[in-house]
Formats: sequence, structure tokens, C-alpha cells
Amino acid sequence: MSTAVDAGQHAEAGHGHDAHPAYLQHHFDNPQQQEGAAKLGMWLFLGTELLMFSGLFLAYFYMRSQYPEMVHEYHEYLNKWMGALNTLFLITSSLTMALAVRSAQVGKAKLSGRLLLVTIAFGLAFMVVKYLEYSAKFEHGLLPGDAFAEHVAGGVQAGWYGGPQLFFGIYFIMTGLHGVHVLIGIGLLVWIYVKTQRGAFSGNYYTPVENVGLYWHLVDLIWIFLFPLLYLVK
Amino acid sequence: MATTTVEGAAPAHEHAEELDFYKASRGIKSWLLTLDHKRIGLMYLAGVLLAFFAAGVIAIIFRAELMTPQIDLLAPAVGEGSATIGRELYNKLFTLHGAMMVFVFIIPAIPAALGNFLLPLMLGAKDVAFPRLNLLSFYVWLTGTLILILAILAGQLDTGWTFYTPYSTSTHGAAPVVLAVTGAFVLGFSSILTGLNFVVTVHKMRAPGLTWNRMPLMIWALYSTAVIQVLATPVLAITLLLLLFENAFNVGIFNPAMGGDPVLFQHFFWFYSHPAVYIMILPGFGIISEIIAIHSRKHIFGYKAIALSSVSIAVISFLVWGHHMFVSGQSEFASALFSFLTFAVAVPTAIKVFSWVATLYKGSISFNTPMLYGLIFIFTFSIGGLTGLHLGTLSTDVHFHDSYFVVAHFHYVMMGGTVIAFIGGLHHWFPKMFGKMYNENHGRIGALLVFLGFNLTFFSQFVLGAQGMPRRYAEYDPEFQGWHVASSIGSFILAAGLLWTLIYLLMALKNGKKATANPWGGASLEWATSSPPIAHNFHDTPHVDSDPYNFPEIDHTMKTGHH
Amino acid sequence: MTGLNHPLLAAASDTADRFGSLFTFINVISVAAFTMVIAVTVYFSVKYRRRSEGQRTSPVKHNFKLEFLWSAVPTVLMIVMFAWGFNDFAALSQTPADALPLRVIAKQWNWTVGYPGLDRECTAEMSADGGAETEFVVPVNRPFTVKLSSEDVLHSFWIPDFKVKKDALPNRYTGYTVTPTEIGDHRFYCAEYCGANHSRMAGTIHVVSQEDWKLWLDGKLEGVPNCKVDPTAPDYAPKLFVKYGCAGCHSVTEDRAIVIGPPLYGLVAKGSETMEDGSSVTVDDNYLRESIEYAEKQRVAGFAGKNMPAFRGRISEVELDALVNYIKGLGAVDQAPTNEDGTKSE
Ligand code: HEA
Ligand code: HEA
Ligand code: HEC
Ligand code: CUA
Ligand SMILES: [Cu+2]
Repeated sequence: MSTAVDAGQHAEAGHGHDAHPAYLQHHFDNPQQQEGAAKLGMWLFLGTELLMFSGLFLAYFYMRSQYPEMVHEYHEYLNKWMGALNTLFLITSSLTMALAVRSAQVGKAKLSGRLLLVTIAFGLAFMVVKYLEYSAKFEHGLLPGDAFAEHVAGGVQAGWYGGPQLFFGIYFIMTGLHGVHVLIGIGLLVWIYVKTQRGAFSGNYYTPVENVGLYWHLVDLIWIFLFPLLYLVK
Repeated sequence: MATTTVEGAAPAHEHAEELDFYKASRGIKSWLLTLDHKRIGLMYLAGVLLAFFAAGVIAIIFRAELMTPQIDLLAPAVGEGSATIGRELYNKLFTLHGAMMVFVFIIPAIPAALGNFLLPLMLGAKDVAFPRLNLLSFYVWLTGTLILILAILAGQLDTGWTFYTPYSTSTHGAAPVVLAVTGAFVLGFSSILTGLNFVVTVHKMRAPGLTWNRMPLMIWALYSTAVIQVLATPVLAITLLLLLFENAFNVGIFNPAMGGDPVLFQHFFWFYSHPAVYIMILPGFGIISEIIAIHSRKHIFGYKAIALSSVSIAVISFLVWGHHMFVSGQSEFASALFSFLTFAVAVPTAIKVFSWVATLYKGSISFNTPMLYGLIFIFTFSIGGLTGLHLGTLSTDVHFHDSYFVVAHFHYVMMGGTVIAFIGGLHHWFPKMFGKMYNENHGRIGALLVFLGFNLTFFSQFVLGAQGMPRRYAEYDPEFQGWHVASSIGSFILAAGLLWTLIYLLMALKNGKKATANPWGGASLEWATSSPPIAHNFHDTPHVDSDPYNFPEIDHTMKTGHH
Repeated sequence: MTGLNHPLLAAASDTADRFGSLFTFINVISVAAFTMVIAVTVYFSVKYRRRSEGQRTSPVKHNFKLEFLWSAVPTVLMIVMFAWGFNDFAALSQTPADALPLRVIAKQWNWTVGYPGLDRECTAEMSADGGAETEFVVPVNRPFTVKLSSEDVLHSFWIPDFKVKKDALPNRYTGYTVTPTEIGDHRFYCAEYCGANHSRMAGTIHVVSQEDWKLWLDGKLEGVPNCKVDPTAPDYAPKLFVKYGCAGCHSVTEDRAIVIGPPLYGLVAKGSETMEDGSSVTVDDNYLRESIEYAEKQRVAGFAGKNMPAFRGRISEVELDALVNYIKGLGAVDQAPTNEDGTKSE
């Protein structure tokens, strides 16, 4: 293999080169390369997230196939209306997120910022509803494993073979992990919002907005699977 | 211009003042906060070698215990239940040994240490795609390792590296298992980050002209590995998360007393851990391809077959996990399917082995230390792989499962495969990494000791396993003693060889001769920059116009006699 | 078929014979492949060693015919290995009618081998140093079927000389069938890691001639434990209750928890039971006996769709009596059951 000096290319990995806009990290040759890398990286990352959740979905289906009646009985304890409300919140926030990305792409930073704020608000609303749901479960002792309280189970003890503590175990771990993702998403949105306000993005450079947008859509997507599986079992 | 040395090999005159990456910046902070893939690679190298050392010493300790059938070395001399205490200690030791070797050492060893250093160099890039993520992955690795060590200090971690339920969820209270599992979980994230970074780097950061068909096989190997890391590790993450939850709240997913299924855990575990064995070996294959070609100055035989077989191994490896569970009570139909697919992975591996051997044909073979390790690899890995066939066959695995035969198999592939390749690679790129040469004769002696010690240690274990010696046994029936003694003596020789190796390499760091940019006459891009490389790797972005095995010694007029 | 047995390995069962042939087959292929690879490597290494720095090398990069050959040959060989292995593997779970049933129960850290219908049960108490050596007896040349389960974590029942092994699980039965072909003592081990004394969870199988087997059944064989169970021992019935899996479906505690079948506590005290068809039956010895032997004959109200296996023929007369008496005692006025008898409820 041979190498030849490419005279046309910039000769040095120096900084402050004029081919290097401020946002271009020094180890990339050009913005296209940087953007391509960031996007591919993001998609791969989303792939790992999906795979991680799919492991949980498998565990869920396994439990459901073993104890269909139990799952059917105990999913009634989940509040469908709160779940539906949250679905509405997330779907709407996905829309506002998409609009925010669109605005960033066409250089409307101000509009983009406002849309980000709306998205954040929906995310927070989701978490508030989640909090209400969780505290209701806590109150009634509808908890995973040992914590599953006796009185709600109609005389059946915690630790009962194939019992509802399994269902609530899966419920909490799935919605909990999803909730953590929503929280992280809100954090990222705030970060992007701050950067937007500082004028970090332009019609030429908006990859981070896009990537956070993708992440937010993923969080939404996962919820769209969680909701029917947990709340609307047939 | 595949004729003479490569341009840019010696620092070009106008850049003569540019410093190598060691000297480019100074101070401890410049290392701890570095974004330079070479420094991150070296920090990883120090870390994984330390882990290897620690886990290896543990192995030597329990090998000493196994010199006699009874528990003696590890048990307190007298007292109520002293034998049981000794056995518990033994169990903790092999758990630590296995968990450290697998999660802390061997998975990051080649990709994160050597790979980090080499990947951008071989691609002609200035760095990996996400340098900050790279540094993050190092600290995540460190955190995971520390948590695992904490689990050790918390005591009573004795589940084996496989954490099988319900044992892992029902004994000794939850704390040590929760900690250990958290540690493995965190280490998994580090692995995902490295993998993700590498996939993107290979896709996006190749030098102009470096097409997929011109990539050195090391890159193909690292790429396939990274794909497995990205696809499989999330499943490990969720498995460990479920186990954590199970331990913390006693949910019952894996607990039969509560309607769960312990075998489900095994499915989850091996769904990751089988592909993980290829995470371990594929980078080793990459190293061997480089070593064999360069040190015989021959174009690698069957470039495409080797590259594609890596990818096909990566894909099929996801479908064979159940071969660890032939006697676990899974359905016979599933077992049959898994057995069949297991053989399907063995074929691409056989193709690689044959291709390496064929590469030697009409070469110019130098017997320096890296090449010796390359040849040792062919020897030991073949034994390890071929005994995989005994295990992949259903009815024979019924006998061998959970015996020393399995222990011998996986040491032949992991120690005799991956670790041998790793040490070979360390020697091969030592001049590049440190700018120094080691003493070849010292290297050859080390390789010989390692070879002899290794085979004595683990070949004896095949015999033990076939004769009926179960694994994870602190004590055994007296008729097994002979082979156990042989194995222990072998392990002492092996340890001596490794220690010797460590010492002369450390000495070379201090007193070794200065290395030239391209001491072996390699043709891939990492040899095209100075040894050690400058901070930004290349003075000028390299351009590639032929493949990485086009050595100047190749005589294109020579008749091949094969067509 | 008598196998080509490996000189290093004992072969004391039909499975071991089959194992020997296949093992030899794989060994021959492996050794041949290995020898070839190494011989060629060594030959090339010597012949083409570097003699001078500038030594020329061949430009050969690939060779389709050769590559096809070395992919195809291993593929074919491996398909043979797979098919052969599968065939032998399937044989392990085929149970002939005359097989001697054994009920093997694993727990941390000893084995209990029961002989359903024969009033015999071999086990070993753990010694002070944590070890337990269970010994049991089987006749030569008669297949025996192992029905395995565990009371706690995973274990695995491995008889190296017979080349058979299977994990013992806490939530379901596993097992295998094998025919011992050599008289003598054979070791067995726990092969699945199960905690501190895993390495001491072992024992010996005494394979005896058909005549000795009859002697043993009569309690007259010298030199081996006779494993007779004492039906008058207080823990006899509770143990049976666990051994036959009754505890997996019935609770026996005062709370009358429903697991799968009806709770048995206080059943007799209740006096009568309502059936699915609305009739009422008096709970007496005969009712209990019938419930155990032919559970499906009368179905208790509220348990439609739930089945209990019929135990007719799988349980000896002595055992049946003991179980009936045990159930009668549950919830009887002066005799509160302890929690040791294998209940699932806490
Ligand atoms: C680096 C890691 C590594 C690698 C590469 C492999 C490679 C293989 N492994 Fe191994 N394996 C492990 C690591 C690895 N393994 C570990 C860690 C365990 C145990 C874990 C535990 O329980 O703790 C294990 C356990 C294990 C089992 C389960 C055993 C049991 O517990 O009962 C099985 C069963 O099928 C198996 C099979 C194979 C096969 C068929 C290959 C094949 O890919 C090998 C292919 C290679 C060759 C075939 C040799 C080279 C080819 C030739 C020389 C050409 C000639 C060939 C022919 C003519 C056929 N392995
Ligand atoms: C990468 C994987 C790896 C490696 C390299 C090793 C290496 C060794 N292993 Fe290990 N082993 C495992 C992975 C590995 N092992 C796993 C996964 C298990 C299963 C655990 C379980 O059942 O849960 C196991 C189990 C296991 C057992 C079975 C225990 C049992 O079932 O009861 C035994 C027994 O002999 C053993 C021995 C050894 C020995 C003697 C070495 C020797 O090769 C070690 C030699 C190393 C040293 C002595 C350290 C010296 C190092 C240096 C001086 C630094 C070198 C530096 C340079 C070269 C630069 N190992
Ligand atoms: C697989 C589950 C299962 C097992 C194992 C099992 N049973 Fe049952 N048993 C049931 C079910 C279900 C019923 C109720 C349906 C019926 O009457 O057929 C029942 C009914 C009974 C009854 C009648 C109870 C009543 O309320 O009238 C008795 C007595 C009984 N079993 C004893 C036993 C004994 C003794 C054993 C072990 C030798 C045993 N069972 C094993 C499931 C089981
Ligand atoms: Cu029981 Cu190991
Ligand atoms: Cu595997």
C-alpha cells in the first residue's frame, strides 16, 4: 500500500484553518464527514436502545404466556385513562419536536427554541402523570416482588406462585426504565434549548438538534408499544 | 508504488520539529483528560494488563490448591467446618478469576487497548469518530472494574462468572451479587461505547482511497467485533438489570418458587455471552492475519474469504447460544437446532485457519517473536476449536458439559487463542506504540515457556474432563490427582513465562533500541507514520492506492503453480 | 453395537458404548485435521524460512478450487457429526416399558434416590465436613429411568462411566434413561455449580447382577446399603408428599392457600366435599385413596380444567396408606402440621 502526499487537502491538522468552521472538530476533514458520523452514531445508539427494550419485551411476553389469566386480571389495576393521556402527551411532543428540528434546519432559531420549550413541557407533564400513577400504586401496595402488599391481592399472599407481583415487577421495570429515558430526554432537550438560545445552531449546523429529536422519537415509540401491552391487554 | 518505503515514514523534513504523542503534551492531566485515541489505548492497555495479572495470580493460587484432592491450602488448619470455609474460598476465587478475565480483561483487551491505538492509524485518520465518547468509555470501564472489585471486597461473591439463577438470587443476601452485576452492567456500557465508536469510525473515517477491499484484516476483525458488541451487549445489559431487580425486590421472574423460570436466565445470559466469545476471538483473528502476512512478507491468502468469514461468524454467532444448555432441560428440538448452527460457525473459522497456513506458502518467513506467537496461535487455537466440535455434538456434550473438558476447551480458545494473539500483537506493534525494540532472544524464550506451560496446563484438563472430573470442584476423587498435578505444574511454567515476558518488555521500554518507523516492512498505514506516531498521527492525510498486503518482496513474475 | 471405546475412558453403559464410537470418530477427524494443519505449517516454516532480507515471495492470493475444497470437506464431516450426535442424543429420552424408575432429588448438598413403588430410598446425611456420599443399587443390563428434580438451586446428575448427565431443576422434571452394562461401582457427581459444598455432592452407584438385585430387594445383599424406608417414621409421609410432587399442587397449612389443587388442611374435618357436578361426597379413607389413585374420577367443585395425575400403579400400597393417614391428620384437632413438610406457602 502506498501513500502520497495530497497537496490539495489541507496539509496540517492545525487549528483555526479556514476550512474549519468553529463547530467542526479537528479530527474531521469536513462538516459532511462530521455530520455523517454523528448521525450513524446516533442510529446505532438507538439500535442498542431498541435491543435493550426488546429484551424486556421478551421477558414480558414470556410472563404473559405463562400466566395469561393473572396478567389479564391485574392489568385492570392500571389506570387506562392516565396511560392514554400520557400517550397523547408523548405523541404531541413528538410532533412539536419534529417541528423544532424543522425550524432549526431552516435557520429559525427562535421558533425552534419555543417549540423545544413546548416539547419539554409535554415531557414534564408525562412525568407528572407518571408520578401520580406510581404514587397510587405505592399507596395500594401494587408493587414488585416482596413489596407486593397482601391486602390488595384478595387474600392471596405475596410470593404466591405466578402471582401479580410478577406483573407489577415487569410493569415497574419497563415503565421505570422508560421513565428514566424520558428524564434523560428532558435533560437533553434543555441542553439543546440553551444552546439554541446562545445561537449555536444555524441552517448549516443543526446535527445535535436532529439527534436529540431522534432520541425523543425513540422514547415516544417505545411508549407506544408499552401502552397497549401493559394497559390494554386483551 | 508498492516498491520501497512509504513516504511520510520518516518524519518529513519540514515537520521534523513535530513531537511524538508522548511529548506533545505533558503532565498527568494531559493523560487523564486526553482525547487522543493512542493515549486512551495505552491507558486501557495498562488497565487490562493489571486485570490479567490479578486474575492470573488468582488462577495460580487455586491451581496450587488443586495439587491435592483435599482442600488444604485454602482452608483454615483446624476448626469447625474448616473444609467448608476452604471450599467457599475456592468458589470465590474461581468466580473472581472468571469474571475478571472475561468482563474486565479479555473483552476490552484487544479492541479497547490495541484497537484503540491502531484503528485510526490503520485507517489513516486523525482519531476515532467520537474522541470524547472514547475517553468516557475508558472511565466507564474503570468504574465498572472498581464496582466489581468492591463486590469482591464485600465478600461472598461465589456464583461463577455465569451468575446462574436461582443460586445467584437466593444465597448470601443480595449485596455482593447486586454489586457484581452492576459492575458487569457498567462494563457492558463501556463495551457498547467502544463498539459504536469503532463502527462509525470505520464507516466514516477511512483515508481517501481506502476502500472496503483495501482495509487491513485487522480492521475487518475490529469492525465485525464492534458490530457484535453493539448488537449483543444491550441484551446483557437488560439481563443484568432484570437480575438486579430480581435480587433487590425478589420479583420472581427467574425464581421457580414464585412462578418464574431459572432457565430463562440462561437463555438471556448466553444470548449475550456466546456472541461475546466471538467478541473475544475475532480481534485475535485480525492480529494473526496481520502477523502471518507481514512476517512472511506474503500477500494474505484468501483476503475476501477471511474478511467475509468474520462477518458471517458475527451474524451466525447470535443463533447458537443454546449449545451451552444441551443438558439444561431445554427442548430437544431446540438443542438440535443449536447444535446444527454451532457447526455452521465452525466452517468459516476453519476457512481462516487454512488461509493462514496457505499464506506461509512460498513466503519469506521470519521467526521473530510476533511470528512465533502467530504460529503458536495456529497450534493452540486449532486444538481449542476442534474440541469445540466435541462440545457442539449433542450426545458427546452430554458427557463433557460442566467438566474440565469444557474448561480446557475455553482456555485453549481464550488463553491459547485470544491471549496468545494479544501478546503476539503487543510484540508486533510494540515498536510502533513505544518507539523501542525489545530483545528478540528474550522474546523467543518467553514464547517457548508460554507455549510449553500452556499446553501442559490445559491439555491435562482435556483428559481430566473426559475421565469424569467436574468443573468448579474444590475437592476431587484421588484418581484424578496425577493430571491435576501436571496441570498445576504447567500453570507455574506458564506464569513464569508470562512474568518473564512482562519483565523484558518493561526493560525494553527503558533501555530498548530505538525503533524505526517500519521495522517489519509492513505495508498498512500504521507503518507509514513515525514510531511512536505524532499527536495527529499523520503529517498529511495519506492516500491509499493499493491493498495492505502488497509487499515489495512479492515477486509478480514468480509462477504460483496453483492455477 | 459395541463401541470403539477409548482406552482412557470407562464405558459401562449402552450410552457409553455409543459415546465411544462417536467420540472416536470426532477424534480421528480432529487429529487428522490438526496433524495436517501443523504438518503443513511446519513444512512451510522450514522450507520458506527467511534466508536473506530481500527474499522474493510468491504472488499467490487465492485459489478457488482449494478454497472450495477446504470449505466443503469440513462441512460434510460436520454434518455427519451433527446427525450422529443427534441420533444418540434422542436415544437418551426413549424409555422402554421395563425400565426401572428412579426418583432422584437433589438439594444442597446431597442426593436422594427413591425407588417408586419399592419402599426404598437411598440417601446420605451430610457429614461434619459438609460431604455426603449417597450410595444406591441398580441391576445390570436393565434400563433405569431417572426422574430428576431439585429442592433448591440447580444441580446436575452426572454418571461419567455411563456418559449421561442432566440438570436438576427446581420447577420441573427432567431425566434420562440408560442401561448399565458392567457390574461394579461407578461414581456420580453433581455437575452444576450449587454453592459451598458442590464438590462434595457425589456418590456411588452399585451395579449388581440380576441375582444380587433380587437379594437386595429382599434386604439380604451384603456390602451395600439396603435403603429400606421405615413407614413408621414420623417424617415418612411428609417426605412422600414432597417426593411425589403433591406439595407442588396442594398446600397443607392452616391458611388453606390454593396453589393448583384444593388445600388439604382440614379436609377430613370438613367431613364432605362438593363435586363439580353438584353432588356431595363424604371424605373418608376410600375417598382419599380414590382421589390419589384416580384423581379424575370425581372432580372437586371449583377445579374445572385443573388436572391431577393419576397415581395408580406409581405408588406402593404402603405409601398410599401413609399418605392417606397423613392427609387425615392435617387439621385434625390435636395435630397442627409443621411447615417442614414441603409447603410452598410462607
Ligand atoms: C474465544 C472464545 C471461544 C471460541 C472462539 C469458541 C469456539 C467454539 N466453541 Fe466454545 N466456549 C467458550 C469460548 C469459545 N468457544 C467458552 C468461554 C465456553 C464455556 C463458558 C462456560 O461455560 O463457562 C465455551 C463452551 C462451548 C460449548 C458449551 C459446552 C458446554 O458447556 O457443554 C460449546 C458447545 O457447542 C462450544 C463450541 C464451540 C465451537 C464449535 C467453536 C467453534 O467456533 C470453533 C471453530 C474452530 C475450529 C473447528 C478449529 C479450526 C479449524 C481447523 C483446524 C480446520 C479443520 C476442521 C475440520 C476438518 C472440522 N463452546
Ligand atoms: C480470558 C480468559 C481466561 C484466561 C486467560 C484464563 C487463564 C487461566 N485460567 Fe481460567 N477461567 C476463565 C477464563 C480465563 N482463564 C473462566 C471464564 C473460567 C470459568 C470460571 C467459572 O467457572 O465461573 C476459568 C476457570 C478456570 C479453571 C477452572 C476452575 C474450576 O472449574 O474449578 C482453572 C483451573 O485450572 C483455570 C486456570 C487458569 C490458569 C492456570 C490460567 C493461566 O493461563 C493464567 C496465567 C496468567 C498469569 C499467571 C498472570 C501473569 C501475567 C503477567 C505476569 C502479566 C503479563 C504481561 C504481559 C505478557 C505483558 N481457570
Ligand atoms: C399437577 C397437580 C397435582 C398433583 C401433583 C397432585 N394433585 Fe391432588 N389434586 C389436584 C387437583 C387439580 C385436584 C382437584 C381436581 C380433582 O379432584 O380431580 C386434586 C385433588 C386432590 C384430592 C381431593 C381433594 C378434595 O378437596 O377433595 C386429594 C386428597 C389429593 N388431590 C391428594 C393428592 C396427593 C396425595 C398427591 C400426591 C401423591 C397429589 N394430590 C398430587 C392437583 C394435583
Ligand atoms: Cu449440587 Cu452442584
Ligand atoms: Cu458458545
